Amino acid sequence: MKRRTESAGGRRKREAIFAYLMIAPLMAGVLLFYIGAFFKNLYYGFTDKGSFGDAELIGIKNYMEIAKDGAFLRAAANTALYALFCVPAVLLLSVLLALLLNVRLKGIGLLRVCIFLPAVTLPSAIGLIWRWMMNYEFGLFNEIRALFSLKRIAWLSDPNYALFSVSLVFIWANVAYPVIILLAGLQSIPSCYREAAQIDGAGRWRQFTSITLPLLSPVIFFVLITTVINVLQIFDFIYLMIPEGSIGMASARSLVSYFFRQSFVMGHRGYGAAVSVILFLLILLVTMLLMFLQKRIVFYDD
Amino acid sequence: MKRGRERIILYAALSLCAFLTVFPFLWAVLTAFKSYEESIRIPPTFIPENFRLENFRIVLKKFPFSAFYANTFLMILFVIIFQLCLCSMAAYAFARLHFPGRELIFWSLLALLMAPGQIFLIPNYETMVKLHLADTVTALWLPKVFSAFGTYLLREFFRGIPRSLDEAAILDGCNYFQIYLWIHLPLIRPALSSLAILTAISAFKDLMWPLIVNNSMDKMTLSSGLSMLIGEHTTIYPQVMAGGLIAVLPMLLLFFIFQRQFIEGIATAGIKQ
Repeated sequence: MKRRTESAGGRRKREAIFAYLMIAPLMAGVLLFYIGAFFKNLYYGFTDKGSFGDAELIGIKNYMEIAKDGAFLRAAANTALYALFCVPAVLLLSVLLALLLNVRLKGIGLLRVCIFLPAVTLPSAIGLIWRWMMNYEFGLFNEIRALFSLKRIAWLSDPNYALFSVSLVFIWANVAYPVIILLAGLQSIPSCYREAAQIDGAGRWRQFTSITLPLLSPVIFFVLITTVINVLQIFDFIYLMIPEGSIGMASARSLVSYFFRQSFVMGHRGYGAAVSVILFLLILLVTMLLMFLQKRIVFYDD
Repeated sequence: MKRGRERIILYAALSLCAFLTVFPFLWAVLTAFKSYEESIRIPPTFIPENFRLENFRIVLKKFPFSAFYANTFLMILFVIIFQLCLCSMAAYAFARLHFPGRELIFWSLLALLMAPGQIFLIPNYETMVKLHLADTVTALWLPKVFSAFGTYLLREFFRGIPRSLDEAAILDGCNYFQIYLWIHLPLIRPALSSLAILTAISAFKDLMWPLIVNNSMDKMTLSSGLSMLIGEHTTIYPQVMAGGLIAVLPMLLLFFIFQRQFIEGIATAGIKQ
């Protein structure tokens, strides 16, 4: 009897040791590149660290400065505007496209592939292509406007247009990925629900609002949350499309662009770290808010 | 009659969307074959007067695209190999084994998913400098290996495997590692390929990390290398378009060939939340 409990205990111990060995390689990297890095970054935020040399602790001076830093506040406001433009557009367009693509038609496969293309294209290439199309002197957009004798627009350097232009590209580039996910979600809805509703005499709209939308809502929520997080970290297209030093930059620069510039162009590492901490808190706050809303807007079928 | 008209409207709407998506690519292709002089002509020509390859030749000579390719390929290869190994091992432990602190460790790992990547960049860059890895190919992939998302995704799949399989294997004299390697891993092959595809796409697209950690032209990826094509003063767009096409073509080809796997891979991430 005693022997058996011992062997059971021994087995449990062996299992635990084996489990620790299995997670050890991953956890070593996570400790170094994530958990360790997180606390180091937090610490840097309280220092005057530059690109090299020693750093001195300066308390919350970086954060005090950020609160008065016009360029930072502008970048925060720009980021909010990006979210305001891009999130509803991406969500609406991707749901609409997924619904349109969820049909049996000749050639639908080809149409789907075309619409999915931006999901597997380099943002750098997308940025360069649109930068060319939005070029002031020779870009396609202005050439088309010229055909209708409209005035040229400095899409990327006019402070009134730069943020809008980047948003347009972000939306164009970021609809494809959600469409793929939403389409898979639509296809996983059993057709028996819709058939039953049809028999009960529900029209198309009623079927959409009472069956498709609730059953798709967890996927829509996932798309919402990833789109929000992505747009709050918008950087690539701004970096590639808006020339640094152009007058459009101030009105297009996002929080991440500002972080990148402070940390890796100007070499203000301590200040940059503080900016990244604020970005982290902002994203955390928004994510928690959305998670809180999840219970109200998402329908769970269990 | 009504169905016919509906179908036409649907085709028209979808074709319009497909056109809006494809057109920028098409315009890039057309520009890439034009001479500089033709590309800035007003009004613009649509089809190039004659398809010339000189832009491709010049951009390939000016920029080390073979290095961009090699670095990108090696980065993706190493991220996939190491990530699949490390994440599947850890995910198996989190899904199937009992050990003190399991929930705590797993949930703190998940908390990382909430954090924007930027908060790790400064310390990670410094770690790379300290390890003498800055400006090397290793720097491109090393921090991307340790994926909380990958671990979470694979754990979900491991949890779906019936326990009776493990018990049968133990009775047959398998140890835990053999169960993991020979029984569980083959069963989650679709999940592994999904994770590989998602990882490949995100590593391929990432711009900021390669831009920060590698500064020599011959240590850049396609993503960061492309951003160097913009000139300080004048930008020769036909050459830039040619470079852009050279950079995106392989992934687009892979996508056309492995459409089903790509689409399933991306969809998996959304469905298994």
